[in-house]
Amino acid sequence: MDAFLQQVVAGLATGGIYASVALALVMIYQATEHVNFAQGEMAMFSTYIAWSLVNAGLPYWVAFVATLAFSFVAGVLVERLIVRPVEDAPVLTVVVVFIGLLVFFNSLAGWIFSYLIKPFPSPFPVTPLKVGSVVLSMHSIGSIAVTLVVLTLLFLFFRYTSLGLAMRAAAQNPVSSRLVGIRVGWMLALGWGLAGAVGAVAGMMVAPVVFLEPNMMSGILLYAFAAALLGGITSPGGAVVGGFTVGVLENLIGTYVPFVGNELKLTVALVIIIGVLVVRPSGFFGQVIVKRV
Amino acid sequence: MDRTTASQGNPAAGAARGGLFARHGSALLLLAVIVLACAAPFLISNYRIFQLTLAFGYAVALLGLNMLTGYNGQISLGHGAFFAIGAYVTAVLIDKAGMHYALTIPIAGVVCLAVGFLFGLPALRLEGLYLALATFALGLAVPQLLKYKYIEEWTGGVQGIVLIKPNAPFGLPLNPDQWLYFVSLFVMLVMFWAGYNILRGRVGRAMVAIRDHHTAAETMGINTALYKSLTFGVSALYTGVAGALSAIAIQFVAPDSFNIFLSISFLVGVVVGGLASIGGAVFGALFIVFIPNIAEGISKAAPWAIYGVMLILCMYVLPTGVMGLARIGMYRLRARRLRGKRA
Repeated sequence: MDAFLQQVVAGLATGGIYASVALALVMIYQATEHVNFAQGEMAMFSTYIAWSLVNAGLPYWVAFVATLAFSFVAGVLVERLIVRPVEDAPVLTVVVVFIGLLVFFNSLAGWIFSYLIKPFPSPFPVTPLKVGSVVLSMHSIGSIAVTLVVLTLLFLFFRYTSLGLAMRAAAQNPVSSRLVGIRVGWMLALGWGLAGAVGAVAGMMVAPVVFLEPNMMSGILLYAFAAALLGGITSPGGAVVGGFTVGVLENLIGTYVPFVGNELKLTVALVIIIGVLVVRPSGFFGQVIVKRV
Repeated sequence: MDRTTASQGNPAAGAARGGLFARHGSALLLLAVIVLACAAPFLISNYRIFQLTLAFGYAVALLGLNMLTGYNGQISLGHGAFFAIGAYVTAVLIDKAGMHYALTIPIAGVVCLAVGFLFGLPALRLEGLYLALATFALGLAVPQLLKYKYIEEWTGGVQGIVLIKPNAPFGLPLNPDQWLYFVSLFVMLVMFWAGYNILRGRVGRAMVAIRDHHTAAETMGINTALYKSLTFGVSALYTGVAGALSAIAIQFVAPDSFNIFLSISFLVGVVVGGLASIGGAVFGALFIVFIPNIAEGISKAAPWAIYGVMLILCMYVLPTGVMGLARIGMYRLRARRLRGKRA
């Protein structure tokens, strides 16, 4: 039972990271109906920035905030300069551009910081917490807490500020929003900025566990896709629930299903993705989209 | 999608008046390229021969992906998976069953046809973006699947399988590299000839119609479900044959050479060469074989930085790729010549 609980908590910790990336994906999807394949690589790049700042001697939390600011600006710039010109282009064009971005960030990180694996500091104490006979690492608990704080802040922002309301309006009905004076283009750019910052949090929380290297986010991105689809790609709340569900599932399947083990983790994500898409494309909480042809 | 449509203009415009070259220009050009390709292995180093052999394999894979993505409009970010299956089928058959390498190539193709068709069935329900997501996941999961411990007996796990380079048969005065070069060239020409016949006829038009307007195509009596999953299967067949060729040429297969970046480099090749163009596949293949070779001198990351920039740039300024550019150039030239004659 203890082992089971331990796996669940570990699953929640990685689940929180999947939830953050999934949320970043959903935020962009809701506004533009694009899935940002480069989300993981942008987060990875942000984490390298954090690493450089910490190495330059800044205290962890200062570097944390500076990285968030950097990622926000980078997200806005990417939207303004690269994504905007292909906003209304066919799906193929958009997907190719996003894959181009993925490759570009990946190689840029490799070029600047090399492909060597680097350790990344955790801001939380090393001594594990013991509850009964269950041993919990402080980093797991800390990253769950950070994830929850980020999600709460985002919820408050979208629910209770006029800027948040404007952003939701721009995503839901761009034409009417423009008529009431919302600058829809900038709202999209802000959405990209926020998604970049949320992704950066995920990157900094996961880096102490998987270590820092240019390909560290590929598996996480895949699980984030699975999470977003499971929860429904049109639903931010669904992405969060999906993230935690997928995280726990991944750990439990890895531990208790002998023929899967640790080696087929990515395949589990593949099966979830295809399963959800085929059986219930709108996920648990998403709305069914009816299109007119 | 309109801008990437293969413009099937009127290549014979003004040909009646022209000389031999104007009438059979493209056929003569093709012949010249083939003669050049046959002469090349006697003029260049073994390493360059090996690279060209690889490029021929890639060209087949790119034609396969182009059928699916360029002509049929289904995005695949996971074609490395079919390439891997083709390569492994060949390697396992040669290594464990002692089969002749030439026989394994069609078998690899047929296995991939079946797998591709089966993957195409659920993929039918996935439009555009979702298909991209599903195939992206497939591409990421491939190396793990190949390392799976219960099939290690056949696949050799992380170590992979090492093959032996075949010698030229019938006492031909060719070294193994030259012989493999001609095998690849031959297979590529056959696959391109078949592809040309599939794409220019009724089937090809049906594929393009499905891409351009799904509902309209269905109204015209095209069985879209069958065509889409068959296209997936045939595309996988091409990619599997390419994988088999590369396994024979490299003499080695290992899980980590079939990662997501292989699938992405196929996408790069198709986009740079030109979506919905047959000749573009050859150019794209040369691009993805030789650019890394040139750029790696700068940095290990440089080839990929170039790929990334090329992907984005192509979508902005050259959506029909190099072949599209060549086509536009040809039209301009021809138009100018016609105007000159009229004056």
